[in-house]
Amino acid sequence: MSGGNSEMDAATKDNRMTGAEIVLRALKDNGVEVIFGYPGGAVLPIYDEIHQQEDIKHILVRHEQGAGHMAEGYARSTGKVGVMLVTSGPGATNAVTPLQDALMDSIPLVCLSGQVPSSLIGSDAFQECDTVGITRPCTKHNWLVKDVNELAAIIHEAFRIAKSGRPGPVLVDIPKDIQFATGTYTPPSAVPIQTSYQPKVDGDIRRIEEAVALMKTARRPVIYSGGGVINSGDAATRLLRELVSLTNFPITSTLMGLGCYPASGTNWLGMLGMHGTYEANMAMHDADVMICIGARFDDRITGRLNAFSPNSKKIHIDIDPSSINKIVRVDVPIAGDVGRVLEEMVRLWHAASADLDTARLNDWWGDIARWRGRRSLSYKPSDDVIMPQYAIQRLHALTKDRDTYITTEVGQHQMWAAQFYGFEAPNRWMTSGGLGTMGYGFPAAIGVQVAHPDSLVIDIAGDASIQMCIQEMSCAVQYGLPVKIFILNNQYMGMVRQWQQLLHGNRLSNSYTEAMPDFVKLAEAYGGVGIRCEKPGELDDAIRRMIDSPAPVIFDCRVANLANCFPMIPSGKAHNEMLLPDEATDEAVATAIDAKGRQLV
Amino acid sequence: MNAHLQPTGSAYFIAKETEIAEKHTLSVLVANEPGVLARVIGLFSGRGYNIESLTVSETEHEAHLSRITIVTRGTPHVLEQIKSQLERLVPVHRVVDLTVRAGSLGHDRPIEREVALVKVKGTGENRAETLRLADAFHAKVVDATVEHFILEITGKSSKIDQFVAVMKPLGLLEVCRTGIAAMNRGAQGM
Repeated sequence: MSGGNSEMDAATKDNRMTGAEIVLRALKDNGVEVIFGYPGGAVLPIYDEIHQQEDIKHILVRHEQGAGHMAEGYARSTGKVGVMLVTSGPGATNAVTPLQDALMDSIPLVCLSGQVPSSLIGSDAFQECDTVGITRPCTKHNWLVKDVNELAAIIHEAFRIAKSGRPGPVLVDIPKDIQFATGTYTPPSAVPIQTSYQPKVDGDIRRIEEAVALMKTARRPVIYSGGGVINSGDAATRLLRELVSLTNFPITSTLMGLGCYPASGTNWLGMLGMHGTYEANMAMHDADVMICIGARFDDRITGRLNAFSPNSKKIHIDIDPSSINKIVRVDVPIAGDVGRVLEEMVRLWHAASADLDTARLNDWWGDIARWRGRRSLSYKPSDDVIMPQYAIQRLHALTKDRDTYITTEVGQHQMWAAQFYGFEAPNRWMTSGGLGTMGYGFPAAIGVQVAHPDSLVIDIAGDASIQMCIQEMSCAVQYGLPVKIFILNNQYMGMVRQWQQLLHGNRLSNSYTEAMPDFVKLAEAYGGVGIRCEKPGELDDAIRRMIDSPAPVIFDCRVANLANCFPMIPSGKAHNEMLLPDEATDEAVATAIDAKGRQLV
Repeated sequence: MNAHLQPTGSAYFIAKETEIAEKHTLSVLVANEPGVLARVIGLFSGRGYNIESLTVSETEHEAHLSRITIVTRGTPHVLEQIKSQLERLVPVHRVVDLTVRAGSLGHDRPIEREVALVKVKGTGENRAETLRLADAFHAKVVDATVEHFILEITGKSSKIDQFVAVMKPLGLLEVCRTGIAAMNRGAQGM
């Protein structure tokens, strides 16, 4: 008896600890190896605990936005949950942009924020803000911890919610007195889960049967895949590829889904949407059966809605029921995990495909071959200046045989990267799709490099975007993270300039950067390596030097200043009314969008 | 050829709504935790949905459950989205569109009731008239002095609207309404 009692006492004693200790233990028990953060008054007890342990590595950022994007890059490239730690007030408000970014791109993220002591909440204390109020619409869920004994359970639940169902960001706001208080630690296995949140992962089998039956009748089918395939995991990618090879359907993808189906695959149409390929958009427009897998009919994809794939029967697989019938009404909605549903689909196709006429898709593939013949990604090469498309092509050629991860900022360079860098595998492409956050790519690349220290990680950037989070160079140098920043420097906010040319009579209001920093000197000032290249003939050698450098590199690639990103679906137009590069004369560009279309952008 | 079509944008497509908006009553069962009402209201304002009436109260103390009754207006497509978006909130257990449910049960609409407190100030003739009308509407006097009455009335919103209207010339001072409480007819639960 007494022996049992003392054992119990020991166990209880072992589970008694401060809130700050609970935070570290809970992170460890949820498999966290690294967190990205920035200290401040309201999180000092947690930082004190970080200092006294070695299991969890802390990466010190230079701005909390950087911490968030690093956690996103880490999460997207590993499939794990990314974790960020910020202080109260400005620390929390600086975290808002990455939280919303993660929400829109479905990235699992746990943000821990310090808060002023409970007794001061609501008193306009120093560095106080209503963090849960501010982050409520930009998280999947958030909590203000009011009792140290609930802290462990809340953190465990935070991880469960961040990674299950449609992944997303969550935030746990921890007042400073809770961090100091002593309470009981509850291990993950002992925590009751919130019963109201139970995402449904299995699709309705009757719907899947209906979908397969529809796919069998298709003469002009197209698969439209998205980031949901990547979020579902490696099995989903494998099954998607299997489905494509079994059915011989053509496949296109959103920006977020690049890499699920290899760019070198025979059925690949290229990216879809506003800057997608001609063949992908024409196939979507003319299709009779569309299978949307883990994508959400974003406005950059659909173009004019009433002309979007007007004659197709639509199948939509998505784990988030609110994505289904939100923008486009579908004929066969399947709410469930992409991987699970694809598994059933592949099984049913195997069972039912024997009697299919394999020649029934010949005409369709003939159409596609014709559209491919338009070579919608062509551009006019130059011997004098580096064309931005050429720069990406060379970067791809020189890095494709390596273990490479690509991130981007937002703008023309992002679209050129999506068009010209051939992605062969999932989780290798990190970009801000939904929110379109300039400044995302560099910190995201640092997060990727932390997760994959021996890989080649390149942030394809623009000269404007890179300046939004350039301060993280200091972080990259501090931790010896040899991230490469490949800037397509055209002196403009290229996409803004392109739209001003298309929509605003080429009045280039505030889109030219008159005082550009010397990126080579900037790299050197931070302790990195700077490389500049201005001639196409010198590009390959310069890229090789960048790859071989063991340090963080800023590569200032001077490209043609006024190149536009084509093909493009102009405002107010349908998928079959694309602006193609060879047609994109000055006159065509000037008249591409009529007055009414102009109001809508 | 496409001239008859609405000028639209691939950037931001603005479709003209052709469906007719309907008024529906939703019942939302939520975990009674801090911030849950803010989440529901924030969702409505953030996504541009309407709230015509909102009632919240804890209904099951042991299970920490509250029931929110929302009257909203939207096209069938928007109403479907509202339901899906509400279901996505972590503390939301169930969402039932009572109006749709009433239809499937063969009823016109769910039972909807409101309580109002109405303060009427008056002397002389008006006092007798106030009481007569209160009686006709089955309103109860819950407080009175020689100068005023407070009347409590229960019923459909339209009945309360009417009661308030007739009290106006009799010295209506203030009105407080609870918003709609609703459930469906029949033996079945929510």
